[in-house]
This record gives sequence, structure tokens and C-alpha cells, in this order.
Amino acid sequence: MSQTNTNNDQYYVPHLAKWPIVGSIGMTMTAVGAAIYMNNQFDSPIVMYLGFATLIFMMFGWFGEVIKESESNKYNPQVDASFRMGMIWFIFSEVMFFAGFFGALWYVRNMAVPWLGGEGTGVFTNTELWSGYEGVWPTNGPGNIGGKFELVDPFHLPLINTVLLMASSITLTIAHHALVDGARKKVIGWLIATVVLGATFLFFQVDEYIEAYQHLDLTLKSGIYGSTFFMLTGFHGMHVTLGAIMLTVITIRMMRGHFKPESHFGFEAVAWYWHFVDVVWLGLFIFVYII
Amino acid sequence: MSHAETHSHDHDHDHKPKGFVKRWLMTTNHKDIGTLYLIFSLIMFIFGGALAMIIRLELFQPGLQFVQPDFFNQLTTMHALIMVFGAVMPAFVGFANWMIPIMIGAPDMALPRMNNWSFWILPFAFTMLASTFFMDGGAPAAGWTLYPPLVLQGGHNLAFAVFAIHMLGISSIMGAINVIATIMNMRAPNMGYLKMPLFVWTWLITAFLLIAVMPVFAGAVTMLLTDHYFGTSFFNAAGGGDPVLFQHIFWFFGHPEVYIMILPSFGIISEIIPTFARKPLFGYVSMVYATAGIAFLSFIVWAHHMFSVGMPLGGELFFMYATFLISIPTGVKVFNWVSTMWKGSMTFETPMLFAVAFIILFTIGGFSGLMLAIAPADFQYHDTYFVVAHFHYVLVTGAVFAIIGGVYYWIPKWTGNMYSERLGKIHFWWSVISVNVLFFPQHFLGLAGMPRRIPDYSVQFANWNMWSSIGGFAFGLAQIFFCIIVWRTIKGKGTSKATDRVWEGAKGLEWFIPSPAPHHTFQDGAPVNDEHLAHVSSH
Repeated sequence: MSQTNTNNDQYYVPHLAKWPIVGSIGMTMTAVGAAIYMNNQFDSPIVMYLGFATLIFMMFGWFGEVIKESESNKYNPQVDASFRMGMIWFIFSEVMFFAGFFGALWYVRNMAVPWLGGEGTGVFTNTELWSGYEGVWPTNGPGNIGGKFELVDPFHLPLINTVLLMASSITLTIAHHALVDGARKKVIGWLIATVVLGATFLFFQVDEYIEAYQHLDLTLKSGIYGSTFFMLTGFHGMHVTLGAIMLTVITIRMMRGHFKPESHFGFEAVAWYWHFVDVVWLGLFIFVYII
Repeated sequence: MSHAETHSHDHDHDHKPKGFVKRWLMTTNHKDIGTLYLIFSLIMFIFGGALAMIIRLELFQPGLQFVQPDFFNQLTTMHALIMVFGAVMPAFVGFANWMIPIMIGAPDMALPRMNNWSFWILPFAFTMLASTFFMDGGAPAAGWTLYPPLVLQGGHNLAFAVFAIHMLGISSIMGAINVIATIMNMRAPNMGYLKMPLFVWTWLITAFLLIAVMPVFAGAVTMLLTDHYFGTSFFNAAGGGDPVLFQHIFWFFGHPEVYIMILPSFGIISEIIPTFARKPLFGYVSMVYATAGIAFLSFIVWAHHMFSVGMPLGGELFFMYATFLISIPTGVKVFNWVSTMWKGSMTFETPMLFAVAFIILFTIGGFSGLMLAIAPADFQYHDTYFVVAHFHYVLVTGAVFAIIGGVYYWIPKWTGNMYSERLGKIHFWWSVISVNVLFFPQHFLGLAGMPRRIPDYSVQFANWNMWSSIGGFAFGLAQIFFCIIVWRTIKGKGTSKATDRVWEGAKGLEWFIPSPAPHHTFQDGAPVNDEHLAHVSSH
């Protein structure tokens, strides 16, 4: 019956899911491919790339299916609420992921490094093992791991990047308001502005990494400072990349006439995610770059 | 929409998909996914148990008999990883999938496709993890806690173990998100929060814990990965890092993790006890608050696993007292269960036997936990068999007994067949006696100074180790017997048909639908009958 397809009185429960198993295969190939490459058990990352391609294929298929269902009005407000909760709690899990790394940064700066420098009960650790080490942040440790390095100036590229990301949150919010007002052209314009700001941020971030590696001798291997600096900013950069791709997707969807002023969860989910990476950046700017 | 249209829509859905691939690989049905989780968990339980049997075989006598020390370490590590992430956690997710939608009057889980993925990641992740047994350097051998620097000195396994843990984390987080969305969004219109069965409540709180700590664990193992392969210095003192940092992050995950494995057990026990005591659960609301209290405290006690590592005195004291606090909400729970039974008209079918054994034996595990929480005393107990005895009391006679009790309690609803009560009782007495022979002597061994995770020991420990091994073999065999009972129940051999209500004193929505539960339930989104609920708030 044709009309049953648009029946959204009931909570929509899909019949069969073909994409999860594709996702599992892709994920496993990516993981195994990465592991055997890292272990030098296999001298090419091809398996990892294939797995990654499978994952991207899965995402196209899975999200495509959801978008199709959404555009054909299969979802009622209750389904919408489930999606919202899913996204909120996913973002919460991401917050906790970053919290782990911020926690590590806090611990080494306030506990581990001062103890190595002889504070608290670390007197003998310092005099016997690491004599002369002062334990002052920034540090690559008493073993001078990775050699001498300099810091990135927070008030040059990082400050510009902060402004860029803050601005992108504002442009995105303007786009959202325009969507609620039904001004589609305006939405697309402001979305493109947001993507451009995000991409510029990433460009400067890459630029900063190149500068760090080539001129400042600051690398991932520069002791605990390099480890925390690159892992925190690197994971953040990955999230910005993902967010920018998501923004691009909803821009294309806007161009194709998707989303309605009263119902546009996909848009909102991406916006929440973008604000989240924005807030993480503020944390990075303060705790990694400035302080 | 007209009624006729809705009906034909229903009709389309009512048949189970045909063929293995469609029915199981592509399923979106919460009951089928629940079944997959439970079967997977049983397979992992037997696999992890087989590893434990080799451990007990080696420890039957002092000296090295059967395995090399390094392989022994791989056994202890993999036994724990498999039991924690492969057996206990998936079993609870299986229960959640099967029971939560039925208990709250929902048509399915909130996000059915993601539900499928949460499950289908697991077989891949565990294949990857188990494959490390066959690699150069073997499986991870630094204990399930994966402490650096030891874990970084293994062979090729680290990348596989870390990626497997990432995948398990993704699976758990998706599963937990689904549980939260289901409970918060899918309850029948008149199913208020304080009408929900306690099993649903405990799972809601468990899901919060999972989402809060699994990502932290993922971060910790990522740091191991980059330290090993990419030259970072998180856990390297020469670079300004600290191996103890890993322990802090790990246990920030690890302590809530042990409650992730016990809170759903509390939920199952809170369903079973009232049914067979034929009384409503005593102190329902206090049970909810106690569960939330335990969950909160689980975030501020982690360093009690690290008393002997060298912490500032203030830290030792804080984590010691915070840990003691947990005994308050846990005590509330134990007393509530006992009060539920008080003056009840009790019968002792197999689920009830397991539930009563749970209360007694879990409490023993709780008390030994309090002993370990005393920081100065822990300097003596740390990393001894006393610790092994403690966490096996809470995890085997705690979590696993609750799971087994839950299986006996609900399997008539799942399969439509009553298990054999006679065989169930045999299984119970066989398990409960052998498990105490297995683990109780380990308290004595630990207090006498036998360290954990060693393949050989001083001859003074020989007697109790032999007893422990005998108990271990008997307990292992009892679980093979359990598999047979489950198999016979599924096949309907030597069993009777289950009634819809199954248990005379049972309350809750699951007992007012047919046995076996139809493929789809509560599709109309209509209010449920308050009369059927166990807890109806009076205000």
C-alpha cells in the first residue's frame, strides 16, 4: 500500500539493516590493516585504506538510507527525539574522551613533573635518578627526550584560529536562524561561510604543525610536552575535519531542498557537534597554548 | 490514518525474516539481538572458562607442570579480558535488549539499526583479540589492567589488543546510548520513571556510567599505542611522563566498570526476589537512589586500586574514606532485599536459589572489599590471592550468579518452554558448592602471602591450591551442564510449556504477554495497564 509508506503514527522500526555488518567488516579491516602495518608484519597500509574505504561506503549507504526515510516522512516526533538523545549522548562520550587527555595533561603538569623535580615525596627520585632536573613546565622530561624545542606562540596562529572558530560558530548560528525563518538561500550562504572558516582553521593548523616540526623542533616525540600538545590538538583537528565534512554534507542537502523550518534534526546535530569542537578548542587555547 | 492501513502495516511486520542472514545478520529486532548477545556471551563464558581451567590445572600443584610462565600470564590476561568484555557485559546487554522494551511497553529499542551494529562489532573484535594467541610474542600478558611499562614490552599483540578495545568501546557506547534513548523516549504513555522495574532503572544508570568511562579507557589505551609505536612519552618518566598516570586513567574507567558489571545484577536480583517472596520490593525508591549513589561514588574511589603505588598521604586517606562510603548505599540494597523476603511466602525455584546465594555471597565479596579498602591493610593484601578471591566473589557469585538466575527466571518467557526444575536445582547446588570450594580458600592463600598472577608457588600454599583447583574443575563442569539445560529448554526436551505468567507471584509487563514472547510487542504505543506493574507510585 502506497499510503503505508508515509504512515508515521507508529514509531518507525526499520525492517532489515544491511549496513551494520558492512561497518563491522570495514572497522575490522581498518584495525587489522593498521595493526599489521604498524607491527611491520605487512609492509603496506593497503588493508587499512580498504577498510577505511569500506567504512566511508557504509556511511554513505547508512546515512543515505536514513535521509531517504526522513525525507519521505517516515519519522514522527518520537523518532526525532531518539535521534536527538543519540547525538547528545554521543557528544557526551566525546567530551569524556577529551577529558581523559586533558586529565593526563593536568596530572603531568601538577603531579608527575613536579615530583620528578623533587617536590613532595620525590626528593630521592630527583637526587638519585634525575639529579639536577628542575621539573618546570614546559618540559620533555629529565631525559631530554626528543631534544631541545621551542613553543608555538599562542598569540599568533592559535589566536587567529580561535577567532576563526568562534566566528564559524556565529555564522552557523545565523544559518540556523535563517533556516527557522525559511530563508534557504541565506542558509546556504552562511553554511558555506562556516565551512570556509573551518577549512581555514585546518589550513592554519597544518601550517602550525609544519612550523613546529621544521623550525621549533617541537614534535610528537618531544617528551611529555610534545605528546600532550600533539595528541590534544591532533584529536581536536580530526574532529574539526569530521565536523567540516558534516557541514559540507548538510550544505549539499540544503542545496537539494532538504530540511524544513520546523524539522531539521540533521542540521541541528551537526551544529551541536560544531559547537562542541569549538568549546574543546577554547579549552586547548587556554590550557595547552596560553597557560 | 485509518485503522485498516495501520493493520496491514502491522501484518507486514509480524513475520520473522526468513533465512539466517536476514534473521540474524540484518536483524533490527530487539529480541533477536538480545538472543544474539546472550548466545555470544555464553560462548565467551565457556572460552574464558576454558582458559581458567588451564590456569587452575597449572596451579593444582607447585612447580611448572603444563605451561610456561609467559603463556600463563597470557592466560590470566585473556581470561579477564574475555570474561569482563565478552561474557559479563554482553550478557547484561542481552538482558537489556530482551527485557527493557517489554518492561516499559516499547515497540523496540529506540535505535534498532545501531542496536544491530553494537552487537555485530563484538564477534569481530574478539576474533581479533583472540588471534593474538597465535602471533609472535603471543597474547597480551601484562594483566587485564594493561599496566605500562610491562604491557609495552610485549610482541605484536599491543596494536591488536588496543584496536579490539576501541571496537568494544564503540560497541558499548552505542549500546548504552540506545538503552538511554529507549528508556527516556520509548516508555508507554503512562509509564512514569518511578513505575519502571528496577532492572530498567539499574540499566539506565549503568548506561550513563558506560558513556562516561568507555571513552576514557579508549583514550588510555590510545596513549599506550602511541607510546609504543609513535614515540610519545605519556608513561615514560625520562620524557616527563609517569607510568602511574596510566593507572589513574585506567582506574577512573576501571572502577565504574566494575559497577557496570554489578548494577544490572542488582536489577535482576530486585526482579527475582519479590516474585518468589510474593511481596513487592521493599524500599523501591530507596533502591533507585542507592543505585544512583553507588554510581556517583564509583567516580571518586578509583585510586583504592593503587594504594601501594606511592600516592600522597592525603590521596590515600581520601580514597579510603570515599570507598567506605559505598558500603552505605550497598547496605541499603542488601537490607532491602532481606526485608523483601521478611515474612514473605517464599518458594525456592532455581532463580530464587541463585538470587539468595547472590545476596549472601556478594555480601562476602563486599566485606572483603571493605577489608581491601583499608589503605594500611591493603599494603599487605595488595596483589595477593585475597584480591583474586574478593573480585571473584563479586563477579562470579555476584554478576555471573545474577546472570544465571536471570536466565532461569526469563528463559520460559524467551523460549515458551519451562526449564527442568530438577536439573536447575542440581545445577544450583553443584555451582554454589563448587564455587565456594574454588574461591573461599583463595582468601587464606592471599592472607598467607601468595601473590596473584604466578604459575608457581611456595609449597606451603599447596593444599589450598589443590582444593581451589578441584572446586574450579567442578564449577567449570557445572557450567557445561548449564549449557545442556539451556539447550534442552530451547529445544523443549524434557520440559513443559510455560504459561504466560510463568511465576505465580510475578508482576511486570513481561508476564502479561504470551510465552514465548511474540516477535513484536507493544506496537500500538498505547498506555499499559497499571494493574500489571510491580511498582505504581501512590502519590
